[in-house]
Amino acid sequence: MLHIGAVLLAVTILGIGAWLNLRGGEPAEGTSATGMVVGVEIGGPFELIDHTGTTFTDRDLAGDYALIYFGYTYCPDVCPTELGQIAAAIDELGADGARVRPVMITIDPERDTPEVLAEYVPLFHERFVALTGAKAEILGVAQAYRVLFRKFEDPTYTDYLMDHSSFVYLLAPDGKVVGMFRYGTAPEEMALVIRQHMKANS
Amino acid sequence: MIRTILAAVTILLTLAAAHAHEEKRGDLVISHPWTRATAASQKNGAIFMEIVNHSDDADRLIGASSPEAETVEVHGHFKDGDVMRMRRLDGVDVPAGGSAYLAPGGYHVMLIGLNGPLLEETTINVTLEFERAGKVEIEAIVESAGYRGPKRFTRNGMPMKSEGQGMREEMHKGMRK
Repeated sequence: MLHIGAVLLAVTILGIGAWLNLRGGEPAEGTSATGMVVGVEIGGPFELIDHTGTTFTDRDLAGDYALIYFGYTYCPDVCPTELGQIAAAIDELGADGARVRPVMITIDPERDTPEVLAEYVPLFHERFVALTGAKAEILGVAQAYRVLFRKFEDPTYTDYLMDHSSFVYLLAPDGKVVGMFRYGTAPEEMALVIRQHMKANS
Repeated sequence: MIRTILAAVTILLTLAAAHAHEEKRGDLVISHPWTRATAASQKNGAIFMEIVNHSDDADRLIGASSPEAETVEVHGHFKDGDVMRMRRLDGVDVPAGGSAYLAPGGYHVMLIGLNGPLLEETTINVTLEFERAGKVEIEAIVESAGYRGPKRFTRNGMPMKSEGQGMREEMHKGMRK
């Protein structure tokens, strides 16, 4: 009985989901409300340190798609959500997911050392690469990606927090940023956009 | 037609909710409190839940404590353009006959200074404190690190992703000076 209820529930929710999509008038392909293609120059070369303590540059991503997120491990809510979304988008792609590298770049290098990151990112996906570096290098790459971040310090808080913009960037195999996903974009939508790029470039 | 579907969903959701794990305290029901697994190097965690108030009086979540962390606070995000700002709050209102949603990108109970990693498929004890109902002990389920929430749809069938949006004014109101 419970099983029948669960199936009915799932079917009904899927139905409502489809209905909301239709009603929202979201285009099924191309640009959408959340996954958008950028027309301005964003991104560029970087040289950082990965979670194993090895130098990692933009060239290490060449030949693969990448989903890049700028976050920090001290963040308990928004960052794990986005890292979970990236992992889910890669899973959604099935076998093609192997062509997409999940990458996190910390905006809090002070606390996010390679050791801290090494324990953190495998929780989300076994292939996750987490990058840190000197403050100047992090600032450089964040500026190149137009990431807004600022330290929030208040004596009544236990520790400082980071205010930050929360986008997932899609890099094509040639290293160009071909998409930006707003916070909360469904993994299915990210996967759809990636598939479109893979199809166009095949 | 739509009304029929909505009625069916309401019934099914009610049935599903009856089987979900929850804690009751008087007129308050804390539905499916959950948190995410953390690495040993992680200092913080966040707990999410739905708080349903069946009473005719509004209540307010004003604090929390847990043996898992040194400090536990009520936090929320507000969106300033595309920048997410997380701040401590005085509390979260639970309207009379309504619900407060603590969901990713919106409100959460924040565990600060974890005493150890939160392990998936375990539960943790948390005591919530309400202005009217007083202390309510709950057990939050530790889900995977990238878990996105128990259901895709919350209030009025709106997707979870809108949870953190449009609350800016509300957040300012609740923010500590």
